[in-house]
Amino acid sequence: MRVNVDRDRCCSSGMCVTNVPEVFDQDEDDSLVRLRQTTFRPDQFDDLRLAAQLCPGGAITVVEEAPAAAE
Amino acid sequence: MTSTPTAPAVPLPAPHSAGCPFGPPPAYTEAAATARLTRADLPGGDSCWLATGYAEVRTILSDRRFSADVRHPGFPLLVAGTRERIGENPSFLRLDDPEHARLRRMVTGDFLVKRVEAMRPDIQRIVDEALDGMTGGRTEADLVADFALPVPSLVICLLLGVPYEDREFFQRVSRTLLSNTSSLEKLFEAQDELLEYLEGLTARKREEPADDILSRLAARDDLTAREAAGTGILLLIAGHETTANMIALSTALLLDRPEQVARLADLAALPGAVEELLRHLTIVHTGVPRVALEDVELAGTTVRAGEGVIAMLSTANRDEEVFGSADRLPVDELDLDRDARRHMAFGFGVHQCLGQPLARAELQIALATLFRRLPGLRLTVPREELAFRTDSFIYGMRSLPVTW
Repeated sequence: MRVNVDRDRCCSSGMCVTNVPEVFDQDEDDSLVRLRQTTFRPDQFDDLRLAAQLCPGGAITVVEEAPAAAE
Repeated sequence: MTSTPTAPAVPLPAPHSAGCPFGPPPAYTEAAATARLTRADLPGGDSCWLATGYAEVRTILSDRRFSADVRHPGFPLLVAGTRERIGENPSFLRLDDPEHARLRRMVTGDFLVKRVEAMRPDIQRIVDEALDGMTGGRTEADLVADFALPVPSLVICLLLGVPYEDREFFQRVSRTLLSNTSSLEKLFEAQDELLEYLEGLTARKREEPADDILSRLAARDDLTAREAAGTGILLLIAGHETTANMIALSTALLLDRPEQVARLADLAALPGAVEELLRHLTIVHTGVPRVALEDVELAGTTVRAGEGVIAMLSTANRDEEVFGSADRLPVDELDLDRDARRHMAFGFGVHQCLGQPLARAELQIALATLFRRLPGLRLTVPREELAFRTDSFIYGMRSLPVTW
């Protein structure tokens, strides 16, 4: 899975950091979203999908690369 | 073609039900049960659309074909006759990007999740002191006046740099501004008073800056004094009335559900419990207004360019398709173990509440501390006598008489 963040669309709601703090951060200088990781474990995929759904500005998108692995 | 509405138009704002005071007005839930998008009548005689389903509300609030700009002639007003006045100096709540983003980004740094987390000890101290004050030397109190309102007022005063001694003034004018029964004269008077107050305060901060939001706004050369005051008003009102009413309503609701109160004592369950309270109570009962900038297909209907839409957060947050689950209580009931994280109590889209990390921290700390320190907390009046604030854009309680 790949995660894209579009910082122009970020409205700094903090939803991503609240729900998935190990992956998302807010930049101290401009308050916009930053990724803490660029590669993700399968056990993080559900959280990443949730972060994309909850992002109010539509700044976070996930790209499912391989067919969802059956565990 | 715009489809012919089959259901009667819903009157906005609709009255609450005395028998079910924590829920949205029955007219909204009935509309939601019939269709995801219905017609509604505004107080001034205009009509607009009312969106009640989760998917539709989410689209309206996040799709840029819907505008938050109050100056647009089709923008639906829940208090008729206020368009010009609000449009003179709109806060970023009532502007679209890029103007909205320019103003909002000036204050986002103060509400970063990590900054709010760092404030938790301060919030805990404020909560503890408010409880000490409420319980010291007496056996009864009004939980609204002595706890629910002081806690968020103190917190937002600290952040903004507003003197807490001025609380009677700003709490009074805030209520006037939030009431949908204030006369236009009273409304404009309150608006002028608050604007003058914030402008004066910001001017003083320019001379003697402190470590607070108003000082930082005052120091900017890319912001007019009026814009700075407008942002200050928005943060001050949104910062105290919303959280105060969430604390009061949550407490009243939980007093009837002792079996659920135990969840607040579990630190791992507390954040989820607060999300469910936010979902269930969704205190912006009047919904969020928008206007379509172009024709938009929504729930099988065409919303025409220039038509107003009210996005009803409270019914969206009870949408069975999103929150229903076979192993949880029905969506109309509070279930602190529900996964409620998709709720839109803070709105959705780029206008979603800027202060939500702060609201979450305050609610978690206030509710957990209240029920931990006062395990015998109970009402001193019959439940039917509880006074709800039904005339406000922010639903809430006028008072909550308790003992412990």
